[in-house]
Amino acid sequence: MSEYELDARRMFCPMPVIRTQDRVKELQPGDILTVICTDPGALSDIPAWCRINGHKVLETAELDDEVVVKIEVCEE
Amino acid sequence: MTQPKAISLISGGLDSLLATKVIMEQGVHVEGINFFTGFCVEGHTHAIRDKHKQKPKRNNALWVAETLGIKLHIIDIVEEYKDVLLNPKYGYGANMNPCLDCKIFMVHKAQQWADENGFDFIITGEVVGQRPMSQRKDTMPVIARESGAQDRLLRPLSARNLPATLPEREGWIKREDMHDFSGRNRKPQMALAAKYGFTDYASPAGGCCFLTDENYSKKLVDLWDARGSREYEMDDIMLLKVGRHIRPKSGFKLIVGREEGENKFLQGYTKQFTTLKTTSHAGPLTLLDGVANDADLELAARITARFSQGKSAESVTVETRRTNGETREIQVAPMPASEIQDSWYV
Repeated sequence: MSEYELDARRMFCPMPVIRTQDRVKELQPGDILTVICTDPGALSDIPAWCRINGHKVLETAELDDEVVVKIEVCEE
Repeated sequence: MTQPKAISLISGGLDSLLATKVIMEQGVHVEGINFFTGFCVEGHTHAIRDKHKQKPKRNNALWVAETLGIKLHIIDIVEEYKDVLLNPKYGYGANMNPCLDCKIFMVHKAQQWADENGFDFIITGEVVGQRPMSQRKDTMPVIARESGAQDRLLRPLSARNLPATLPEREGWIKREDMHDFSGRNRKPQMALAAKYGFTDYASPAGGCCFLTDENYSKKLVDLWDARGSREYEMDDIMLLKVGRHIRPKSGFKLIVGREEGENKFLQGYTKQFTTLKTTSHAGPLTLLDGVANDADLELAARITARFSQGKSAESVTVETRRTNGETREIQVAPMPASEIQDSWYV
């Protein structure tokens, strides 16, 4: 298991989701990906994408002007 | 045969939701595909404008996929889409919308995806006669032909008005279990939505592309005219969605934030543009796109002051900052509304 970070700041929906989707494709089940965004829409969109595609959201947080979504990559 | 597989173009609207459901009901494995052109209405304005903050934010394509319980593949086609917009073989609709070329391109991309991933056919929510350009009885075969999808393109909501497709001939699906919707009347779709228990779907027939919007299209054409080139980057098309666009002289345009959310968004562009900000009064952040001498900058400052809380004051202090970092404060009289010509608004 490895941990990764994805900088999706200054991207607007649906780009943070697309970048997350593309990054997750490169990772292995059990890997952790933390996505950092400035679009507050990501707080609902990335978890929705995870639910659809069978990945686990470990944590979401809103810090100042940033949104952080931590994902565990699961077997699709 | 193994379970047939279809890829469905999901816009986030009602028609693609229903079309997908109709085929899922026939035992087909369906996954969704959604294309991001850069001009999609979805999401951006919610992210930019403060007044939307209380509204629940959702991406409707994701919502449709979740409602249906299918996977959704979102594909970034911003770069490839430029050629569709700039050189549409079938021209534009009422505004800068190349709807027919756009649909051909998206079905073509879906066909490519289907080939690469072992899917058998493609579903769209198209309805004969629903749209003046891309959803006419005479243009729907053009989409099937020019996209390369041919008879692998299935429109379940209008299938009974159209020639039989491969999935019907192969017996993967039953023609009689599809529909014969046509025209702009939305009642059949609403009735079908009710039958399936779909209630919270996105506004029927709601436009999902900024290019169908007259005001947005005017701004895009103005941008191209001012530059003498029809090229654009992602930042350009994003900025057209934000703020008041005012062109008081041919050499430059002002983008004036209308509220805190937009000001915050424009803040991200302060290194690329000359900026103006009122300091004596609360007010907007303004980006200046183009070339401006000192007199132009004063004009821009007066306009910026007009949209500040000091609009009735005799004098407002405006900080101007050029891209080389040169910053100064100037005192200006806010421009009266009557002096801002209607023709300046893009």
